[in-house]
Order: sequence, then structure tokens, then C-alpha cells
Amino acid sequence: MKFGIVVNEGPYTHQAADTAYQFTKAVLEKGHEVYRVFFYHDGVNVGTRMTVPPQDERHIQRNWSELGEKYKLDMVVCIAAAQRRGIMDENEAKRQGLDGDNIAPGFRISGLGQLIEAGIQADRLVTFGD
Amino acid sequence: MSDIPEEASGIVKKFLYVNRKAPHGTIYALESLEVVLIGAAFEQDVSLAFLDDGVFQLVKGQDTADIGVKNFSPTYRALGDFEVTKLYVEKESLAERGLSKDDLMEIMYEDEDDDWEEKPSIKLVNRTELAAVMAGQDVILSF
Amino acid sequence: MSILHTVNKSPFEKQTLNSCIAHALDGDAILMVEDGVYGAIDGTAAATQLAANKNISIYALGPDLNARGLGEAKLVSGLTIVDYNGFVDLAVEHDKTQSWL
Repeated sequence: MKFGIVVNEGPYTHQAADTAYQFTKAVLEKGHEVYRVFFYHDGVNVGTRMTVPPQDERHIQRNWSELGEKYKLDMVVCIAAAQRRGIMDENEAKRQGLDGDNIAPGFRISGLGQLIEAGIQADRLVTFGD
Repeated sequence: MSDIPEEASGIVKKFLYVNRKAPHGTIYALESLEVVLIGAAFEQDVSLAFLDDGVFQLVKGQDTADIGVKNFSPTYRALGDFEVTKLYVEKESLAERGLSKDDLMEIMYEDEDDDWEEKPSIKLVNRTELAAVMAGQDVILSF
Repeated sequence: MSILHTVNKSPFEKQTLNSCIAHALDGDAILMVEDGVYGAIDGTAAATQLAANKNISIYALGPDLNARGLGEAKLVSGLTIVDYNGFVDLAVEHDKTQSWL
């Protein structure tokens, strides 16, 4: 079965990004397919590579990046939400005249249409948020 | 940008956007509305549900000038232009909050199947009816 | 056609669980996750509400119960504990998921 996953909260403040991660991992380990993971609202903050949590804590961004790498996940950060919150890839940073980008490996920035498309293409859309 | 529907064309699903949060205190109502507007280009069968504190999103006379944030409430009145014409508002949620239909914005659409007659987009439903609306969907997005 | 509802708010702080129960139909399932699992404690108003809906299956996410020190003895009867794999199975079994955020 094909799943779409929506992550609406950022890392650490809320558990949502953790639950979404555990759920997505279980989906994949059970042999289902993940059509796309879409990060929206503060969820876009999961996609910055600039987080440095204490060593004895989980690294939420790295967990996602590694899961994405292992299963070739399509992990999309919403552009409108990302621009509000300062999540940039190289192209977008250039376009906005900013001095650097911060997007994490495995994440890409794209439009809200990607969320709707996930709703259309996936058999199940599951939302995690606050 | 990849907001243009491509491979998705041909499939029409029933999408319900569930709005349960008040506007302005958090960004959820605004960013939910942004999804609805973008989603309109995909020609899906779209409905919106307003229940619990979500009914506050439709209250008329919102003036955000003094809190320094954009007033997006007029956008709800433009939803008809995007062919988003089914706004289910739960009666019990209104009553619990001391509101009635008269406290809500007037939101109209032109019905192309009925000689472009102006019709109200807001449909007041009770809790049981709203539960049935939810049950009849293919995709439920809640913010 | 049935819905898997997820609730992630404590019923002692928010009305979310109440609202979810009020909109769930026979054959639906409610899964309590994150702070939602506080709704699984027996002897509370929320527990009475849950027990009143015989035709809705009630689940709680085990890892979240454990994290919060909620042992099975504390929990309302008739509840099924699932892990993340069970969460996935529930999402597969029901045609759609509604997250009560």
C-alpha cells in the first residue's frame, strides 16, 4: 500500500516529527511504499542541517535524512512555509539574495501542490502535527 | 514550481480540509487556506469543515490592523472563484461559542449549473451530519 | 468505509478527544498517541466517554504509554495497546485517517 506522510510540527518542541518518523519507518519495514513525506507549517524546520542536539539525544533531522537515503524517500519541504521560516536550498538562497543555504541531505523544496498530489496518489495520507 | 498537476490528472478524489483552530493566535488557519487555494488547481472534489474553534475563522468583522498581522479573512469570500463552494459549519460548535449564522461572513458562489445564480457556500450542519460528511471522504487533511 | 482517528492531546487540557468521539461512527477506530494516551487512564470522565461507545474500537500507542509511566493496570478496560507496526496496520485497515490535531 502507498502512504503519504504529512509532518506539520518542527523538531524537539513537539513529539509529532518523532512519531511521524517512527510511523514512516514502520510503514517501510512492513514493506509498504511511501509516496512522499511532506513537511509543512513548522515541520519545515526538520529539514535544516544546522541543528546540533546534545550527543546523547536523538538527531531528528539526521534520522530522517538516513531513512530517506536508505529507502530513497521523496522528502519535500513546502516552499511557502520554508521561506517564512528561513529554510533555503542553494537555488532559493541565491534567488532571494541570501548568503547561504541550510537544507539537509535528502530534503528538497517544492510547492504545496506536492501535498495535494500526495493526497491524490497515495492510498493513505497520515498527518502528524499539534 | 511543481504546483502544476501532472500525472495526477484524471483522478478525482473527495478532499476534506478540517479546520478546528481559531485564526491569528497560530498560523494553522492561514496556512490551511493556502493549501485549499493551491489545491483548487487540481480539480478535486473539495469540501471544508469548520468545527470546534475553527468556526472562529469565519466570524465577520475581523480587523487585525492593531496586532500587526495580515488579515486573511476576506480570502474565504473569494473561495467561490476557485470553485471551492462547500463550507460545512457545525451548528453545535457555533452554539457552544455563543455564535449564530449572523455572526459569520457572507460567502457566496455562482452556480454554473444553475444559470450562475448566487448561492451561499456556507452549509450549516449538525454534528451527526458533519460526521457523515467526514465518513464520505477519500482524503482528510487536518491542520 | 471507516476512519482511523488519531488523538494526540491530553483530555485534561483540550477538548480534542471529546470532539473526536462525538464525530466517530460505528466501525471507526480511535488511536491515542503522544499526550493523547492520557485519555486511556481509567476512572476519568474521558474513560467514561470512551466506554460509552461500544462500536468504536479504542487503541493506545504502547511506546507513548510506556514513556509516560502508564502501566496496563491504570488503563481503561476494552482498550487495545499497539506499537508503531500496529499503528500502520490500523491505517491500512481503515480507508482513511483523520488526525485530530
